[in-house]
Amino acid sequence: MSQLRKQGLTRRALLSRAVAAGALAVAGPGFIAAPDAAWAVEVAAISEHEMATLLQMTRDIFPHDRVGDRYYAVAVKGYDSEDQKADVAQGIAALDAAAKQAGFDSYLSVGWEADRVAILRMIEDTPFFQTVRGGLVTGLYNQKEVWPIFGYEGESFSQGGYIARGFDDIDWL
Amino acid sequence: MAKAAKFDLTDDSVVVIVGTGAGGGVLANELAQKGVKVVALEAGGRYLPEDYVNDEWESFGQLAWTDPRTTSGDWRVAKDFSGLPAWIVKAVGGTSVHWAGASLRFQDHEWKALSNYGTVEGASLLDWPIDGAEMAPWYDKAETKLGVTGVGGRARLPGSNNYKVFEKGALAVGYKDVHTGNMAINSADYDDRMACQQTGFCFQGCKWGAKWSTAYTDIPRGEATGNLEVRDHAHVARILHDDSGKVTGVEYFDKDGNLQMQKARIVAVAGNSFESPRLLLNSHSSMFPDGLANRSGQVGRNYMRHTTGSVYATFEHPVRMWRGTTMAGIIRDEAKHDPSRGFVGGYELETLSLGLPFMAAFLDPGAWGREFTTALDSYENMAGMWIVGEDMPQAENRVTLSDTEDKFGLKVANVNFSDHPNDIAMRNHAYARGQAIYKAVGATRTLPTPPYPSTHNLGTNRMSEKPEDGVVNRHGQSHDIPNLFVSDGSQFTTGAAENPTLTIVALAIRQADHIAKEMAAGNV
Repeated sequence: MSQLRKQGLTRRALLSRAVAAGALAVAGPGFIAAPDAAWAVEVAAISEHEMATLLQMTRDIFPHDRVGDRYYAVAVKGYDSEDQKADVAQGIAALDAAAKQAGFDSYLSVGWEADRVAILRMIEDTPFFQTVRGGLVTGLYNQKEVWPIFGYEGESFSQGGYIARGFDDIDWL
Repeated sequence: MAKAAKFDLTDDSVVVIVGTGAGGGVLANELAQKGVKVVALEAGGRYLPEDYVNDEWESFGQLAWTDPRTTSGDWRVAKDFSGLPAWIVKAVGGTSVHWAGASLRFQDHEWKALSNYGTVEGASLLDWPIDGAEMAPWYDKAETKLGVTGVGGRARLPGSNNYKVFEKGALAVGYKDVHTGNMAINSADYDDRMACQQTGFCFQGCKWGAKWSTAYTDIPRGEATGNLEVRDHAHVARILHDDSGKVTGVEYFDKDGNLQMQKARIVAVAGNSFESPRLLLNSHSSMFPDGLANRSGQVGRNYMRHTTGSVYATFEHPVRMWRGTTMAGIIRDEAKHDPSRGFVGGYELETLSLGLPFMAAFLDPGAWGREFTTALDSYENMAGMWIVGEDMPQAENRVTLSDTEDKFGLKVANVNFSDHPNDIAMRNHAYARGQAIYKAVGATRTLPTPPYPSTHNLGTNRMSEKPEDGVVNRHGQSHDIPNLFVSDGSQFTTGAAENPTLTIVALAIRQADHIAKEMAAGNV
């Protein structure tokens, strides 16, 4: 996430790619970045289109409106590998084919979440979908960085537990 | 502390115990205290409170039994967690490291389920050959050992936020028997263990040692006598016997993967309700072609896992259920046997919380989309409870040997389970009551959550009066082989509604007394 690259990212390129990528993430040469360039993830083995589609797909599987794209990107970056690229290519192609069948140009071109979810329902029994969904359970929710967004505090032993820090502080009952 | 004993592999005077959890660990210490020489073989490694990790997945990687197992039957676990039918521990201390600490005695009527419930179609109910009166003094000893709260003059634990929501809802719908439970978690310093610091993570091993576990009580105390040797990373492959049909020792793979043979005067099996029958079945021989202690054909049968499920609910305001003792909260009003509810037996409702990572994994396995994620969005405002009720033993709910082999080439356990209609009726009743409890305190949404991989595994070597009905007698002693014992929850004839550990401990203390007497008398 820290290897933010600005070269080649003109405002015009950003805008055109933002359209191509469904305004979620910008496909660039070898990486994708947020439209505001706040973060970027490099891709080496899979294509920018595949990574951008994976990101949108994972947002649609486990949509949390207060969880930024960068956490989903961390969850799926492992798919950018030589081992996985054939499965990713096949899976994303199938997803795009399902989108076409539903009357859209590609999965990323679908504007409404409800329409994308309907497309995902068409492929939810496939090994590709199940692998992505299953991996996301730990890939997303086991990131310590996302826990505060849900209010979860994680371990408390290092602070002496909650015996003096609110284990019984409920005040609205 | 005295140096722990070291016994020779050829020493045939020792009692070999397979497993070091609530059953095996207690038996090992109780025998050692009586001067009996014991070799305890533990498949897992040794971890102490300073080693425990308060992170759900990391701890799971450290402690859980993740060796291969296979599953079948119509239970949802077979679909969602096909290789993980149970969530139990592979470590010195066994599942007493992981358990929540709820320590309840059976109700008197539960010892005689067949007599009190009558014949239930499709169920293989049986009366225990022992009863509440006989077990009362052993329960006393077990409660003292564990430091159970709410009995013996020990104060109950304070109520957490999760408990307060649970209690208010329970009282609002008319329940009376509601409190923070009988917990083997210290409410004040006791027996060289400190008081609970309300840290959460009871399931990941108590880093304060406030919760009782054999890992840091019975095991080191047994070792201190000089009569107990614990060998960790020792995976028992089979139990051996002589031409007279008595067991003579065990073969096990040591930490380097080398096959060793430890001779024994007595063997006690305490590997939890999958591994114990698996070991007996894998020990088949020409004399015992169906496995040891299995002339009845009952080894592996009547697997029970309690009728479980959870109810979570979200509220307008924060609850922060993860703060504090995980299971210190109980409603006992539904634990009675009252067939007018549409099922026999009863169930307890107990507070429960999971951290965010496990909540995501277990709330609705396989689910996705906003119905699922909006529930997690309210995680901070969530309260939770667990259902634990008596399930029906069924002959075909059973552990058998799978075609799959583990890394040692030993056939693994296949666990076949399907709910009995009584189990389903009870679960649905409990879901409705749990949802009513939370709605009574303003729940905005209630989530009747499916059972997790089993933590209470019972009944696969059951105790019976008659040899043809079960595997062991009233002392956990094999009906077929007098110097072979079963010392864990697999000896349960029926499951009752209560969390099983206290009963496992009470049975182990009682069994140690029996074994020592029988050894002294020269009977075994």
